[in-house]
Amino acid sequence: MHRSRAIRNIRLGIKNLMLHKLRSMLTVLGVVFGVGSVIAMLAVGEGASREALEQIRKLGSNNIILSALKPVEDEQTSGRTAFMSMYGLLYEDEQRIRQTMPAVVRAVPVKHVRKEGRLGERALELRVMGTTADWFAVVNRPVLAGRKLTQSDLDGQAAVCVLTEYGTRRLLATEHTIGQSLRIGGDYYEVIGIVQSEQSSGSIQTPDQEVDAYIPLNVAQARYGDISMRRSAGSQEMEMVELHMILVQVRSSDEVEPTADAIQSMLKRFHKKEDYRISVPLALLRQAEATKRTFNIVLGSIAGISLLVGGIGIMNIMLASVTERTREIGIRRAIGAKQRQIIGQFLIETIVLSTVGGLIGIAIGMMIPWLVTRLAGMPTIVPAYGIVLSLCISVGVGIVFGLYPAVRAAKMDPIVALRHE
Amino acid sequence: MAAPAADASRPAAQEELIVLQDVHKIYQMGTAQVKALAGVSLSVRRGGFWAIMGPSGSGKSTMLNLLGCLDRPTRGRYVLNRHDVSTLSDDGLSEIRLREIGFVFQSFNLIPQLTVQENIELPLYYQGWAAARSAERAEELAAMVGLGDRSGHRPTELSGGEQQRVAVARSLANDPSVLLADEPTGNLDSATGQQIMELFAELNRRGKTIVLVTHEPHIAGYAGHRLHMRDGRVDRIEAEA
Ligand SMILES: Nc1ncnc2c1ncn2[C@@H]1O[C@H](COP(=O)(O)OP(=O)(O)OP(=O)(O)O)[C@@H](O)[C@H]1O
Ligand SMILES: [Mg+2]
Repeated sequence: MHRSRAIRNIRLGIKNLMLHKLRSMLTVLGVVFGVGSVIAMLAVGEGASREALEQIRKLGSNNIILSALKPVEDEQTSGRTAFMSMYGLLYEDEQRIRQTMPAVVRAVPVKHVRKEGRLGERALELRVMGTTADWFAVVNRPVLAGRKLTQSDLDGQAAVCVLTEYGTRRLLATEHTIGQSLRIGGDYYEVIGIVQSEQSSGSIQTPDQEVDAYIPLNVAQARYGDISMRRSAGSQEMEMVELHMILVQVRSSDEVEPTADAIQSMLKRFHKKEDYRISVPLALLRQAEATKRTFNIVLGSIAGISLLVGGIGIMNIMLASVTERTREIGIRRAIGAKQRQIIGQFLIETIVLSTVGGLIGIAIGMMIPWLVTRLAGMPTIVPAYGIVLSLCISVGVGIVFGLYPAVRAAKMDPIVALRHE
Repeated sequence: MAAPAADASRPAAQEELIVLQDVHKIYQMGTAQVKALAGVSLSVRRGGFWAIMGPSGSGKSTMLNLLGCLDRPTRGRYVLNRHDVSTLSDDGLSEIRLREIGFVFQSFNLIPQLTVQENIELPLYYQGWAAARSAERAEELAAMVGLGDRSGHRPTELSGGEQQRVAVARSLANDPSVLLADEPTGNLDSATGQQIMELFAELNRRGKTIVLVTHEPHIAGYAGHRLHMRDGRVDRIEAEA
């Protein structure tokens, strides 16, 4: 019985609102925009953090990536005076990091060189990565066939290589290729395994690339040395780089940033030039969170202002409605309605009004993220809790801004209300 | 011309339904005081039919509003059906109105958004009746006032006399112990007014206590008691022999 009364009250509320359809719709616009902004805000924020988490998953939240960087002054002077530019990370850097920093679990040195890989008739420009077995512990990609590099490959300076799935495909190799010889530059390597390649997407740069071929670091040192020659626009250029990359894995994510700072100051001490770069995937997450925060402030303000304006609009209309219906209130009171029943009647009306606005707002709010994704390419996700939250906000606006008019209606002197024309 | 008064003919009717003892109603208008009622004492027995008469501003409506528990006396005591209502809270007064009182107004006062049936059901709604039972009762009441076929209509689709009959039906829905009417025929032509008065007379014959306010002697003629007011006091009471 109680439920049927509630339904009756809601139906009566709708009936009264339908008497002034246009007025009701206009009144509710503020709530529509407010709720729309809330949904859009949550969807963009949720999308951004989901993307950041995805990046972290690819890069590893406990990792720090050091890479060699050709200093700007070398770049400028290279053609004229410098015979050979020396830059990048040093073998000693890797040792120092591994030996002096207790938070570091692994440090993976990488030396790479671009060479053409040949398998029968097929050729592919490879990035030959001289590294250690730990590479595969830090950049953890599934093994599709064969095996990864091991310590014994390094100990025995074995001429072996691990290809990526992409490289395998481009070279028309299959799992039967394992055990066969791949020619890289002028040397032959036994293919021992195939790992999945991670596609770099958008702003995010993974340490591995699709065109990688992994070989033992000492083999790379022995065969290619530290000096490479680059021909560009008629001039020859010599470069000496010991290591192109060092991947550092830290014990826990709390220690990532202090460790990165420690590495930074250590490298500063041993490098005269700024010939390296430190990137911290965790910082990307921080950055994503900062972006999300900015977005939340902007959209949150829009939402707040819209809801406030919408709420005041609702209050205004309800006050007008209370005045218009003064006599009805008097009649109900004379018949025996208690003050709280009058409050309930008007409150239900405002709640119906603001909830309808909220539902429209949710519909619009779900289209905005869709448009953002379509037009700006930003990932968005409308979270289920956002819809629940929006509905709660709508009802809340109805209650907060409906209460004053409802109480005013209820507090009217029934005799005065009955005399009202 | 007047319908015979039926009160005092049954033993149960001896009971006093309304007792006013030295009731005052004073309105504060800035610094000035308006004494709308200045010491009214009165008792109305169950089954009585009273007409309150008197010049404009003599306090008739004020008295009826007090009787109807829309207001509290400034001073004095009011007992309705053995409830002392002089000091009740707003909720308490609402409850008494809901259970004990039926109102009929000069300007009908039906709610325009609601149908005839919904208007009649209003007191039952606030009493918490189940929808089906209350619809059934509204149907009976509509039939009783001769509007059984108009249940689904809006008040604006009815004539004044019909609207007032709906208002009478509504006032009876809670089976009140007293029916109060402030100039119920004031907005009707005399023939229609007579029809409404016949309805009241019939209700009184069936035992309903009625108090109404009127200016018109021939309307007052239907009542068993005529109470004349002057300056917020009872001037004199005429009773049917
Ligand atoms: N709310 C109020 N505030 C101040 N004065 C009031 C109020 N209500 C009534 N009065 C005054 O009380 C007196 C009695 O008013 P009341 O309405 O009872 O007269 P009435 O007999 O019904 O008159 P009428 O025949 O014109 O309807 C009048 O002087 C009126 O001005
Ligand atoms: Mg009056």
